[in-house]
Amino acid sequence: MSSPSLENNPRLDSWLTIEPGGRVLVRSGKVELGQGVLTALAQIVADELDVDLARVAMVAASTDASPDESYTAGSLSVQHSGGALRAVCAQVRALHLAAAAEALRVPAGSLSVADGEFVAPDGRRTSYWELTVPLDADVVPGSTPKGAGDHAVVGRSALRLDVPDKVAGRPRFIHDLQPAGLLHGRVVRPPSRGAVLLSVDESAAQRVPGVVAVVRDGSFLGVVAEREENALRALAALQAGCAWKEQDSLPPEHALADFLVSAPTEETVLSDTDTAAASAARSVRARFARPYLAHASIAPSCGLAVWEGGRLSVWSHSQGIYKLRTAICRLLELAPEDVVVQHVEGAGCYGHNAADDAAYDAVLLAPAVPGRPVRVVWTREDELSWGPLGPAMVVDIAVHLDDAGAVQRWQQDVWSNGHSHRPGPPGAPLLAATHVEAAVPNLPASDPPLQNGGGSGRNAVPLYDLPRQLVRTHRLQTMPLRTSALRALGAHLNVYAIESVVDELAVLAGEDPVGYRLGMLSDERARAVLTAAAERAGWGSDRGPDVGLGVGLARYKNRGAWCAVVAEVEAETSVRVRRLTIAVDVGLVVNPDGVVNQIEGGALQALSWTTKEQVRFDARTVTSRTWEDYPILTFSEVPPVDVVLLDRPAEASLGAGEASIGPTAAAIGNALYAATGLRVRTLPLTSANVVAAMDAG
Amino acid sequence: MTDAGPVELVVNGTRHEVACDPDTPLLYVLRNDLGLVGAKFGCGLGLCGACNVLVDGHPTHSCDTPVWAVAGKQVTTVEGLGGHPLQGTFVEEQALQCGYCTSGMLVTAAALLEREPEVDDDGVRRALDGNLCRCGAHNRIVRAVLGARPCGR
Repeated sequence: MSSPSLENNPRLDSWLTIEPGGRVLVRSGKVELGQGVLTALAQIVADELDVDLARVAMVAASTDASPDESYTAGSLSVQHSGGALRAVCAQVRALHLAAAAEALRVPAGSLSVADGEFVAPDGRRTSYWELTVPLDADVVPGSTPKGAGDHAVVGRSALRLDVPDKVAGRPRFIHDLQPAGLLHGRVVRPPSRGAVLLSVDESAAQRVPGVVAVVRDGSFLGVVAEREENALRALAALQAGCAWKEQDSLPPEHALADFLVSAPTEETVLSDTDTAAASAARSVRARFARPYLAHASIAPSCGLAVWEGGRLSVWSHSQGIYKLRTAICRLLELAPEDVVVQHVEGAGCYGHNAADDAAYDAVLLAPAVPGRPVRVVWTREDELSWGPLGPAMVVDIAVHLDDAGAVQRWQQDVWSNGHSHRPGPPGAPLLAATHVEAAVPNLPASDPPLQNGGGSGRNAVPLYDLPRQLVRTHRLQTMPLRTSALRALGAHLNVYAIESVVDELAVLAGEDPVGYRLGMLSDERARAVLTAAAERAGWGSDRGPDVGLGVGLARYKNRGAWCAVVAEVEAETSVRVRRLTIAVDVGLVVNPDGVVNQIEGGALQALSWTTKEQVRFDARTVTSRTWEDYPILTFSEVPPVDVVLLDRPAEASLGAGEASIGPTAAAIGNALYAATGLRVRTLPLTSANVVAAMDAG
Repeated sequence: MTDAGPVELVVNGTRHEVACDPDTPLLYVLRNDLGLVGAKFGCGLGLCGACNVLVDGHPTHSCDTPVWAVAGKQVTTVEGLGGHPLQGTFVEEQALQCGYCTSGMLVTAAALLEREPEVDDDGVRRALDGNLCRCGAHNRIVRAVLGARPCGR
């Protein structure tokens, strides 16, 4: 398996160290985001080396010790880091096997390997821990990892390595670190977008006991205190003492879709097989929209930093510690060798959240207290309103049909802000850098190119066999609210829209929605997940009045995992999802329970976005700032979720974190139609939007 | 601002004296003074349950409970559950993804099982509706709670 991670970090000993005590230290550049990836990577190492999983210790990524594997994003960790570790471990095993054969004076082929011991036919043995094999060499092409039938640890559910600490309440999270001399920092965010701090009366804040420093730079304002509760008191006192210049800057929330399709945009053609003008007998047109979405992690973002002897140490739950270091160094004109960024777990990460911003807040406060670590924890209000948001989107689809009702031409246009505003490039400064005196302006978010999965256009190209298609994205050149990567990127609305229209075409053709899809689907693995989900869900059976079944299908990024979902929905004006049945093909499964957990989690998050979530804003700022204004799915609203894994041991492993998002959203929308006869094309599927669709229909 | 006099409290059966303002949220005393970091900050408004601890056996939001309010009461944190069956079933069911909400889930569920040892699926969901999970581990958590009932599954 080729892996960019390995091409960039070819040395064997950059990835692992074999300790004489019988442990294997593994340094992946990928980070734990709550998705269980370090356990899956440990399984790959144990499997390739033939050692017990308990011997593998995963080292948290750090810029001074780990291979640079860029971001932990895009459901690529098992492919990239797993692929690299597989190749590295295959070679490390081969080197040790040869050394063991020499030490025991037997042919390598006669040795068996179990839990790190190499055993000769006569019973003599040595081990990884006894042999001294230098690993200061590059991996050579052609190290052959194990074949499909040879896995002992891969392919079996393994208990997550981090779970025992988490159920005991032991410190695991960045919020839990207690370094000596720790101080507590908090930052005053402006009351609205673009607000300028005119003056601040610090006196009340300075009177709060234990306040060590108030830091102001332009419109960036923060406080550092000995005790956390006093940092919060000082924060409130500072907020009360500020005078701001404010202005309206946001489009009207009720006309967000109109704003998206009328703002200046950059057009990109993703697919154009539209060789001739079509004369359509009939056409189907529909517009779909989703609002801005918040990451809404249960923990607010957190960062920790200390300046000591001209060196800066930063702890962060960033998805990209090297990129964060690059951004810090650029903004503060520091040399990379003077800055270390260490990853520490945060709460669940579903894309580019405020982790990097919180780290930079701590970096800006720390110089006021040299030698003492400062931790910044964002408030819940700032987390929901100032973190990067999943972009609002509009998708227009126009389908031309011939006389027989077959699809002649498919046109899809996507309007959205870009889905990537990650730190690193000059136009994507960390939040505080846009508030300081020498502010760096935000450029509008960009989109990853289609060969990397695309952003707005992710899954905008249908996976069906279509004779002609034209698919375009229209990326906004203005960015009223900062947007960046949220789980599945554009795939959430693109798959919702495509699958809704395909459903509509099936109805027009008088065909069953599953059968209709199979009729224009030559991708065998797509057919297999669709068929499996439909069978498992009892597709075709009548569920009674006001209840409907709907299906959604996609191959994530058109190059990742295949996933089909059947939703059972009960609805009149309010939508209740009663069951989700999911079939997924992620190639070779490393940790079956881990994959099920990710697929199920993605589906429930998509259910929450699709039926409940909407970032609210007025002319100046985001107004959904607490769980009351931004409700997410609760236990009583969670339906049973049944996941079927189609194991493909001979196929490459594919990521599982995002595959179920689009198909789940689509299945719910289509089930809502089956239950009510209504096509609701504006998300979320709240009573208000259902009633609006009813009135429009 | 009130005086920073020593405040007394009993946590997991141990008496502590802490020099802080009595209005300090219990959560910060637990985490920063006593080093018990199991209870988490989530929202500061008692809306997510990540900070839940038991006060005299009742699930309580430690983020908006001043430390003076627990004087003379028994505070139990996740660290004080001491090998509760729930901690075993949460591992068996792998009932979390990121685990940030886990401590709050565990103490809330422990109080539920104490109060209602034969609780059913719907009852578990109702009892946990004030505990938010963003990763989508809900059904695993419900299975883990049901599995920890004295009657088992």
